[in-house]
Amino acid sequence: MTATEADTNLSVGQRATLLEVVDLSTTFRTERGMVHAVDGVTFTLDRGRTLGIVGESGSGKTVLSRSIMGLLSGKNVIRTGSVKYEGTEIIGYSAKQMSNVWGAEMSMVFQDPMTSLNPVMKIGKQITESLRRHLGVDKDEADKTAIALLKSVGIPAPEQRLGEYPHQLSGGMRQRVTISIALACGPKILFADEPTTALDVTVQAQILDLLDEQQRERHMAMILVTHDLGVVRTRADEIIVMYGGKVVEQAPTSTLFASMKMPYTEALLRSIPRLDMPSHTRLDAIPGRPPNLISPPAGCNFAARCRYVQPRCLEERPPLVAAADPGHFYRCFFPVGTPEGDAALQANISAGTAVAAPATRSSTTSEES
Amino acid sequence: MPAPSSDTPGVVPSKSSIFAGSGDLATEIGRMADGSAHELDTMREVDSDEDGRSAKKRLGPVFWVAAGWFLLVALAAVLAPILPLKSYTAPSAYIRQPPSAQFWFGTDTIGRDIFSRVVWGGRVSLAVAFASISFGVLVGGTIGIVSGYFRGRIETLLMGFCDVLLSFPALLLALSIVAFRGDQRDLLTISLAIGVVSIAPIARLVRANTLVYSQREFVTAARSLGAKRGRIIIREILPNVIFPVLSFSIIAIGLAIVAEGGLAFLGQSVQPPTPTWGGMISDGRNYLANAPWISLMPCLVLFVTVVALNLAGDRIREYFDIKDNN
Amino acid sequence: MRFVRKKLVQLIVVMLCVTFFSFLLLELLPGDTATTLCAGAGGTECIEQKTEEFHLNDPMPVRYVRWLGGVVTGDFGSSARNAQPVSEALQQRMPVTIELLLYSQFLALIIAVPVGIIAAQRAGGLFDRGSTGVLFLFLAIPNFMLALVLILIFPVKLKLLNAVGYTPFTENPLKSLGSLLLPAITLAAAEMATYMRLLRTDLIATMQEDYITMAKAKGMSPRHILLRHAFKPSSFSLITVIGLNFGRLIGGTLLVEVIFSINGLGKYTVDGILGRDYIPVQGAILVIALGYVLVNFAVDMIYAALDPRIRHARSLV
Repeated sequence: MTATEADTNLSVGQRATLLEVVDLSTTFRTERGMVHAVDGVTFTLDRGRTLGIVGESGSGKTVLSRSIMGLLSGKNVIRTGSVKYEGTEIIGYSAKQMSNVWGAEMSMVFQDPMTSLNPVMKIGKQITESLRRHLGVDKDEADKTAIALLKSVGIPAPEQRLGEYPHQLSGGMRQRVTISIALACGPKILFADEPTTALDVTVQAQILDLLDEQQRERHMAMILVTHDLGVVRTRADEIIVMYGGKVVEQAPTSTLFASMKMPYTEALLRSIPRLDMPSHTRLDAIPGRPPNLISPPAGCNFAARCRYVQPRCLEERPPLVAAADPGHFYRCFFPVGTPEGDAALQANISAGTAVAAPATRSSTTSEES
Repeated sequence: MPAPSSDTPGVVPSKSSIFAGSGDLATEIGRMADGSAHELDTMREVDSDEDGRSAKKRLGPVFWVAAGWFLLVALAAVLAPILPLKSYTAPSAYIRQPPSAQFWFGTDTIGRDIFSRVVWGGRVSLAVAFASISFGVLVGGTIGIVSGYFRGRIETLLMGFCDVLLSFPALLLALSIVAFRGDQRDLLTISLAIGVVSIAPIARLVRANTLVYSQREFVTAARSLGAKRGRIIIREILPNVIFPVLSFSIIAIGLAIVAEGGLAFLGQSVQPPTPTWGGMISDGRNYLANAPWISLMPCLVLFVTVVALNLAGDRIREYFDIKDNN
Repeated sequence: MRFVRKKLVQLIVVMLCVTFFSFLLLELLPGDTATTLCAGAGGTECIEQKTEEFHLNDPMPVRYVRWLGGVVTGDFGSSARNAQPVSEALQQRMPVTIELLLYSQFLALIIAVPVGIIAAQRAGGLFDRGSTGVLFLFLAIPNFMLALVLILIFPVKLKLLNAVGYTPFTENPLKSLGSLLLPAITLAAAEMATYMRLLRTDLIATMQEDYITMAKAKGMSPRHILLRHAFKPSSFSLITVIGLNFGRLIGGTLLVEVIFSINGLGKYTVDGILGRDYIPVQGAILVIALGYVLVNFAVDMIYAALDPRIRHARSLV
């Protein structure tokens, strides 16, 4: 076998699909009705690649990531569609079967390191318990691995940290700890659910860079969930924009930024919303926020807030359609940058229901500024 | 006055007094203070409906059954003199008869009809319970509102007083008050004894609620408009504090009935021959082997009544909690 | 250590207040000691003599300080009725009540903890609703009623266990526990219900925490998550309430010891009050209050040992 062949094989192996999600829907049965939190999401994720999932609070992006991992359970959660991990369907897996996948194959970094670490358990124990569970190593070896992990995520004096409790660390340090926990057993996919939202602005970039670096070193796939389009712009290979539980636009990153079709994406980019809401208000239906997911509007979910809105948008639900570029899909009757879209916007501006294009902000994200 | 408490945030330790009965006023308050805060809605995260279309809360059949029973007992007690009952004092030849068609609840050691004694006993037991809790609400409520609204030194003093009251075993306190009144073991004495015991827990409950409400916007608004203190307390705070107190009072009445029973067991309740439920239960305990109904029949009535009061109080509390949140 | 010292100072202040008020309260009671002592024998002469002997004419604060001074040196005075030194009686009776208290707390916990855990695991399920219902009845049942029912079932109908009497633990541990079983159950019933509900609610709340989802996402088993991750943070309020409930339990022993004729502290106190013999009552109240305060002091310490956040927050202050 020649070196070239080996390289080719390797790259084929790397390119191979790791995760395949087809028409995944997640519905919650609540006292007030069915909540369609995630509705018909389809994508594939290759080894070593990054998928960005972007949306406002309540768009269903967090539910989507937890739903793929199968972390939502209970008789009030209904999950349909298909999630194939390395070619194997995992949707029907029992919690027991999933527990061999969790931590070892897929793991997750949560939004708020203040609440995602057990306050009354030593940090060392929190790292080593999954090592011992999945890799079956003894205590000493687990401790050694934990120290190495803490060192690799940039925590000073790791030996000492093992015996400390979470409240003794700063927010940024805690998020480093949760990252090291997530990485401990060498997962192939890392779900990062708004990993920087709860952190100081100054620490956010450091944590994102750490995730990047770890991803490259480990050749790990990553699903980066965020409300900040700017964060995924430079870090994701592909982006899914969610609104009201549905995918409204999906495209490779460069395509998305070059020719976005969805007015919502445009609005997101034009004025990155400052939605630093506490996590528990995430899905609240506040006026001007995502639609009520129990009784969604008859037409387009975004119509109520859209500058391009036309009568048709209020009556008919736009389907997800393919754009000219490969892998680019959107959900709009009057897409941005097309004659129909321009006409719709012009009509609204002359009717006084939309303002002319607002000045694009010089900086779109805190990241880039 | 500092109290032996753990001042840990997040935990609302129910400052336990030592109530004779099974239920405990102070523990109840702990439960109320924690309230529904702990009852996490599992679906909270996806509950996107904020339009106030909250599920309609009803009192439910349990409440009506409980309230119905209590009404029946209360009505029987009030109407005892005009009901066609057998004499509750006159001995008869039918000694220790088991329950039958003639004597529904059987007869006691000197042949008195237990059913009519239970009805007449209900008069005393309920009167004591109502009187004592009214006393407790009056005194404890005043203490609570004053210390919750004025804070400062008054609060320290009044709450210190409550701490001291609470640090005595409640039955001990009640016994001492009965002893203090000498041999006058009448309705007033017993009500006073149980009423004093209920002061501190009620004061704590009212204070906690007053603290919450005196921070609310409408009170601040009234204050900034120059409303007088008395007016604010009566017009703004009292109407809001009164609901939790009322729902708690219902449960407390049950506790007071039990407390009377505790005193009766030590021979310290209302003097014979006036029957009380507690006294009847206590009288019959030496005949458990041969004539258990003498104790058990009044026991059963007392128990069902206490459970009914508990259930009704709980339901009412939940009912008004919902209103609070809106 | 500052935390410990602060708590200790608090402890002493509370003790002083409680003893003073108990002294004051009993002071107000009718039927003074001298009259009781001379009941039947001798007239005013006797009363005068006894009044002299016990310094009953001194102002109240003076007598309080004298009494407190005696207490510190282990002299609680003597019963006016049978002249038994209070300290001697307390020594005899305290172990009985302590055994009864620990026994009932143990019974309550050994039932409440597993039931609470299982109920929380399937909140809203059949077991949860069933156990909540049964324990609700336990909470509502007056302890004198439960005592009667237990006596009716075991000694009377089944001829099991004795309705009255007590075998010292040192004499025969097994028999001793048997003799206290019914009173202990009587006392434990209400506690059991309180503890179970508390643990269940706290566990359910804890299971909603992010770190529980995180543990799940690590692949830890539900059992491991429940016992290793959720149980400890959920047990804090339980521990607090156990401490606080010792007070309520001591109150409960007053009645239960009388019903089951157990010569413990509770019965001693009741006998004292009913017999207008107040010196033993003062001693007993002091011991009860001391026990209550000490238990809560211990609870605070345990609490600090369990929860690292408190430990560190306090050491920084």
